[in-house]
Amino acid sequence: MLGAAVIVFREVIEAGLIIGIVLAVTRTVPRRGLWVSAGVLVASLGAALLALFAGRIADAFAGSGQELLNAAVLGIAVVMLMWHSLWMAKHGQELAASMAQLGRAVSSGRRPLTALAVVVGLAVLREGSELVLFLYGIVAAGTSASSLLLGSVLGLAAGAAFTALTYYGLLAIPTRYIFSVTSVLIALLAAGMAAQAVQYLDAAGLITVLGERLWDSSGLLPQDSIVGRLLHTLIGYNDRPTELQLITYAMTLLVMVALNWIATPSRPPRRAPA
Amino acid sequence: MIRLLAFGIGIALCTASANAQEFSLVIRDHRFEPAEIKIPAGKRVAITVANEDATPEEFESSALKVEKVIAGKSKATVRVGPLKPGRYEFIGEYHADTAKGVLVAE
Repeated sequence: MLGAAVIVFREVIEAGLIIGIVLAVTRTVPRRGLWVSAGVLVASLGAALLALFAGRIADAFAGSGQELLNAAVLGIAVVMLMWHSLWMAKHGQELAASMAQLGRAVSSGRRPLTALAVVVGLAVLREGSELVLFLYGIVAAGTSASSLLLGSVLGLAAGAAFTALTYYGLLAIPTRYIFSVTSVLIALLAAGMAAQAVQYLDAAGLITVLGERLWDSSGLLPQDSIVGRLLHTLIGYNDRPTELQLITYAMTLLVMVALNWIATPSRPPRRAPA
Repeated sequence: MIRLLAFGIGIALCTASANAQEFSLVIRDHRFEPAEIKIPAGKRVAITVANEDATPEEFESSALKVEKVIAGKSKATVRVGPLKPGRYEFIGEYHADTAKGVLVAE
């Protein structure tokens, strides 16, 4: 039972972390709950469908369908985060400038919400399809299914609690810092996702260059531990990154910072929000 | 356009797998057979994993950076390397207590 709880929890927290951050980023946006729930719901259905066709997807593209799908999902999420960053950098100052303008600015630009709903959806899609397959395995196995199922429910509940913790933790940050904090979080999130997409393309056999592992910090902090997984999702921690992954990580981070910088209109002379 | 892209990816994958040395593994009763395989170090290898169980399994290895779901009664190919000499453990995440194996690169 505990084993099932741990497996489910590990899958849920990765998506949960992203949901918590997105909820914090959009805390002042009206109807954001609707958008985020829509993203989660649609993606949950999508995850079930993905699981149903797992065999066929895996067989596609000479047996690399799964990796390519994951890489594509991550790639789209990165683009959505960049789009969001660009929009926020453009409108963030207006938003902060006057609470009165807030409603207007957001209703005139629903775009970042669409983008973030897609990011949430993609996160759920990725982790969810694995979860569905695992649960299917439990049900199909029959024996002791009820105790495993109970474990899964516990894992899911713990994951949801963790999402709430992320959200309220971020809300505890004073309002004047939260914009900078979430900008940095989103930039790191995107960089980590881009680096992971590279890993999938490598696993698919599409990328065969710069595949040397740069270091091995698995003795210090294994990536499959809970903390390792959290850091992996949050800042893209990798205990054995390849050269190309590190380059991709740095480049994405650079692009995110540049987008923030370029898009901010008539910035007073001060340091960039890194 | 999509078909053209798919074609391109297909070609790229075929040339990629042509360069990789091939190995195979079987999952039966939530166990890997063989539980240990030797592969050459410093080369890309493709390991075909045939899941003969009715339930899906996830071939996972943090050491190899592989996470791959293999549906019941189906096959999947895992590509790894180039690896430094050493032992790289892998598990079937959905049945981690029985499904254990190790890849030995030498």
